[in-house]
Amino acid sequence: MIVEAKGLKKRYNSVWALDGLDLAIADGEIYGLLGPNGSGKTTTILILLGLTEPTAGEVRVCGYDPVRQPLAVKRLVGYMPEKVGFYEELSAYENLRFITRLNGIPEAEANRRIGEALEHVGLKDVAQRPVATFSHGMRQRLGLADVLVKKPKLAILDEPTSGIDPEGAAQILDLIRRLRDEAGMTVLLSSHLLHQVQRICDRVGILHRGHLVAEGRVAELTAPGGYVARIGQASPILRARLEAADWTHSVEEMQPQELQVTLTEGGRAELLRFVAEEGGVILELRPKQPTLEEIYLRYFQG
Amino acid sequence: MRVIVWKELADHLGSRRFFILSLIILVVAGTSVYLGIQGFQQNPAAVQEFPYLRLLTTAPGALPSFLSFLAFFGPLLAVLLGFDAVNSEFTRGTVSRVLAQPIYRDAWINGKFLAGLGTLGVVVVSIVLLIFGLGLFALGFPPDGPELARLAVFLVVALIYLGFWLALGILYSVLFRSPASSALAAVATWLFFTLFLYMIAGVVADQVVPVRADSPAEAWLRNENLRNSILRFSPVALFEEATLPILVPTYRGLSLLALLAQPGVPTNPLPLGQSLLVGWPQLVGLLALTSVCFAAAYLGFMRREIRTS
Repeated sequence: MIVEAKGLKKRYNSVWALDGLDLAIADGEIYGLLGPNGSGKTTTILILLGLTEPTAGEVRVCGYDPVRQPLAVKRLVGYMPEKVGFYEELSAYENLRFITRLNGIPEAEANRRIGEALEHVGLKDVAQRPVATFSHGMRQRLGLADVLVKKPKLAILDEPTSGIDPEGAAQILDLIRRLRDEAGMTVLLSSHLLHQVQRICDRVGILHRGHLVAEGRVAELTAPGGYVARIGQASPILRARLEAADWTHSVEEMQPQELQVTLTEGGRAELLRFVAEEGGVILELRPKQPTLEEIYLRYFQG
Repeated sequence: MRVIVWKELADHLGSRRFFILSLIILVVAGTSVYLGIQGFQQNPAAVQEFPYLRLLTTAPGALPSFLSFLAFFGPLLAVLLGFDAVNSEFTRGTVSRVLAQPIYRDAWINGKFLAGLGTLGVVVVSIVLLIFGLGLFALGFPPDGPELARLAVFLVVALIYLGFWLALGILYSVLFRSPASSALAAVATWLFFTLFLYMIAGVVADQVVPVRADSPAEAWLRNENLRNSILRFSPVALFEEATLPILVPTYRGLSLLALLAQPGVPTNPLPLGQSLLVGWPQLVGLLALTSVCFAAAYLGFMRREIRTS
């Protein structure tokens, strides 16, 4: 486990930003920390980096305690903050150069790494331009380059795609996946944009009011649960019988005489029997696969 | 920390505000030297005693001497270097990115302070060297050992004084979230200490110990002492009191008693050690102010939560 946290709590004044968070991330994973704004994502990240002390609980990052050995952790972890900022009057190259100096990377090695990183994120041509002239998407990619020059074991990216158009976001996500595949980096990213995260994360954790409400592989969380059926020419008697059955979740009249029924795994054979007995046409019968979106809503509306 | 110092130093020296302020200081310093040299021409006897130090302290005519000019405008330069040191990093969003690198948190604020001090050092030293260079042209002989020694001490004191204002600027940049309000607060403090406190001290002293032309000498003395005590709350006054004995070797203290006694005692220059002793309490006070101010900024920064939103 590259990240392990147990019972993390953090209080800002009178507000509990984190309330008993448990987190475990394995080597080489892309882990997505999901949650609406204010659910404690950034606080979790700052604690992992040793930039904020937890009020209670234990943390290990790469085997070190960020509270007691912050430098050891910061040497191994790359971090891209949510609103990543640069020194505007310095060029992209100079900004990265400052970071490599702070990390004590020797000159020649640093130049090579900066070149590679800028190449990776597609900013090689504008390396000498001041960051003040960069667009939001370019800054975000520079933020990634900033993480890359450190060659970290763990990259923590806070909302890497926020405020970027879908195309740019897709580029960044591809880049993140490539980094994991090529450099073997573990990635922890936070986001409130589910459909993006769904695409690249191995596992996700859904954070709500300071603790995880659900966690698992994207495929597990979105595992099919039951079926959805559309029935045409349905009689009122069929509708009444379906509503009364204990294997249906919901029966809705979409159009006159057309029903949409959600049912449990075992209810399929029953449904067919009902339709055969009462008359009606099955227009569609498909396994119901919830998107993360639905899971998300399930937790945050309830 | 070296990395941070170099970066900040480069930022300062390349910045526009630094350029403009140094230009102002340079121009006025040049003018006061010019006037000082004219003073020598009117009063050739003055050249005999520490002519180079005189260049820094005497000012015939309306313009202030270089010393009072440094006491007045130096703080502005120092405060301007510091007022956005920390809060601008927060508004730019560079704080968490930099602090996520393997450096100790205090290395950052220490580095910023040292870089500011270095910048101020460069300005003050180069202006003084410029003045001496111009003096060399006008006088035709180089400064001697005692003069250089006094100059070196003066530079150290000046740096401590400017360090106070720099630390004050950095303190405000920690306390205030927006650079605009910390700049305002810094300028307000500067105005208070350079102008208003002088007025307040005079008013308070006259209220507590009223004096008229025919008042006894004791009343005058008490009035003067009270005024000085109040003024000593100001680093500006402390600086002037601490540096005068260094730059004016015959100077024996600010008290009225010393001034009254002046005709009686010989006006021979004091040795450097004795001159230092005259201004020693003020010097220590100045150093203490600087340390306290920086310590406050340091603590404020170390306890500050990184979270911006």
